[in-house]
Amino acid sequence: MKQLSIFIENKGGTLIRVLDLLSKAGIQIIASTVSDTQDFGIYRVLCNQPQAAFLMLKEAGINVQLTDVFAISIDDQPGRAAQAVEQISKAGVSILYLYSFLWKGKGVLVFRVDKQDVALSTIHTADMTQLTTSDFA
Amino acid sequence: MDNNSPYLHPQYETLSHEELKALQLERLKATVKHCMNSEFYRKRFAEAGLTPDDIQSLDDLRKIPFTTKQDLRDTYPFGMASVPLRQCVRLHSSSGTTGNPTVILHTQRDLDEWANAVARCLWMVGLRPDDVFQNSSGYGMFTGGLGFQYGAERLGALTVPAAAGNSLRQIKFIKDFGTTAIHAVPSYVTRLYEVMQQEGVDPRRDTKLKVLAIGAEPHSEEQRQRIEQMMGVKAYNSFGMSEMCGPGVGFECQEQNGLHFWEDYYIVEIVDPETLEPVPDGEIGELVLTTLNREAMPLLRYRTRDLTRVLGRTCPCGRNHIRLDRMRGRSDDMIVLRGVNIFPIQIEKILMQFKELASNYLITLTTDADNDNMTVEVELEELFTDDYQRLISLEKEIKRRLKDEILLTPYVRLVPKGTLPVSEGKAVRVVDKRKVYQ
Repeated sequence: MKQLSIFIENKGGTLIRVLDLLSKAGIQIIASTVSDTQDFGIYRVLCNQPQAAFLMLKEAGINVQLTDVFAISIDDQPGRAAQAVEQISKAGVSILYLYSFLWKGKGVLVFRVDKQDVALSTIHTADMTQLTTSDFA
Repeated sequence: MDNNSPYLHPQYETLSHEELKALQLERLKATVKHCMNSEFYRKRFAEAGLTPDDIQSLDDLRKIPFTTKQDLRDTYPFGMASVPLRQCVRLHSSSGTTGNPTVILHTQRDLDEWANAVARCLWMVGLRPDDVFQNSSGYGMFTGGLGFQYGAERLGALTVPAAAGNSLRQIKFIKDFGTTAIHAVPSYVTRLYEVMQQEGVDPRRDTKLKVLAIGAEPHSEEQRQRIEQMMGVKAYNSFGMSEMCGPGVGFECQEQNGLHFWEDYYIVEIVDPETLEPVPDGEIGELVLTTLNREAMPLLRYRTRDLTRVLGRTCPCGRNHIRLDRMRGRSDDMIVLRGVNIFPIQIEKILMQFKELASNYLITLTTDADNDNMTVEVELEELFTDDYQRLISLEKEIKRRLKDEILLTPYVRLVPKGTLPVSEGKAVRVVDKRKVYQ
């Protein structure tokens, strides 16, 4: 699935502008994350219409990229995240970043990895549930 | 040489105004005649309908058209020479920024006179042949290196070409050689003091320092005073520019009330940079210099682009050579940072080589803890990755390439597209927040 990656300045008011644009375009945010850095940050957003949101933000002059990530759903139980990460790591895949959120009583893990195809085949064999954008609609 | 005399060249340093003017007129006439050996000035005079005979008084100088840095570029490399090349023994060059670099040629006599001028400056602030002079300035094409080297040697001081950088070694030299005088750009003196503190060296207790010569980068009176407090010695302001040889053009005397510009070497004019008409004493204008005893490459009415003002024409030190204020800025967009001359176009040229970057950028100059710094903010054209490491690598690569071009390392900040100020018409490229200009 596609994630929006938005380059923002580490300065007051910059996030609001992006959120405002998304809201005016009727885009629904499923999950988002931003890390603290020195000068700039990357605001990562899972939303219901990534392509439309991407084109709209680009049009508005925002530095934005569509990034491939994948999401899996796990039981909201201790040890399940560890299991999932272990499976992926065992397949020789490096995780670039990972974030998680709760969705309808399930845990959702979002991965950005170096070899997404290898990771995806691991998921299928390991019997974890992969989610797509439409699952969140 | 009489070590007790305050003057190295009393016959020139203590001339009355009338005597100075008579000497200047004589030398001006000779210089103008000599300039006719240069292809450039022959053409210039012909175009202006002038002959050397038209220059009969110092006021006649104003008939002569100005010479600019662009003229030096246009005649690159040797079109300005007033002597055959075989008579030249040295060449200094500035970096090529907006086209050709500039070349300054010297005969052996030019080098001798240059050394004399620097020696006179150093003598004026108290150096004598038994001093140890450490030149902690860049060498190579930067004239503060060889200029002070030959000047201090001419004076008879034991001269250490320490060059810039490697502060621990500098401090070892200062202690081991009993260095009594240092020349450096002001920000480097501050750096030396920081390292001395880290090493537990007290300049007052552990060194024999008695004099500092600072120059080649703008600094305020407050910065000078702070340097004097840190190092426990007097710091004297030096003015030089490669077009006029280098250092030795102007220097503060022990009164520390403006820089004496040597009027037996130069005619000083201060003009309005717009109208090019002279401004009254005390008013800020652009410094224009005419060389009076250069052989290889005399320059007539050279526009330095430095802004300053006349503080006075007499001095309790007994020298009647004109006193000018410390440089107040530039009438062009050249940035002088830590002794390095930088044009914004050099930075732009590098930034535009990165396809990841947009065309809008902003250069901010600041004084942080006594150090002058440059920050280059540049807009990102496309977000080509969402990997922090790659973005940080890009910043590093920009920094590295800028350093190769401008010879010092700026801070580099990537900013989102559309976030830098764009003013009407011409974009604001440089914001100078340094203390010296406040």
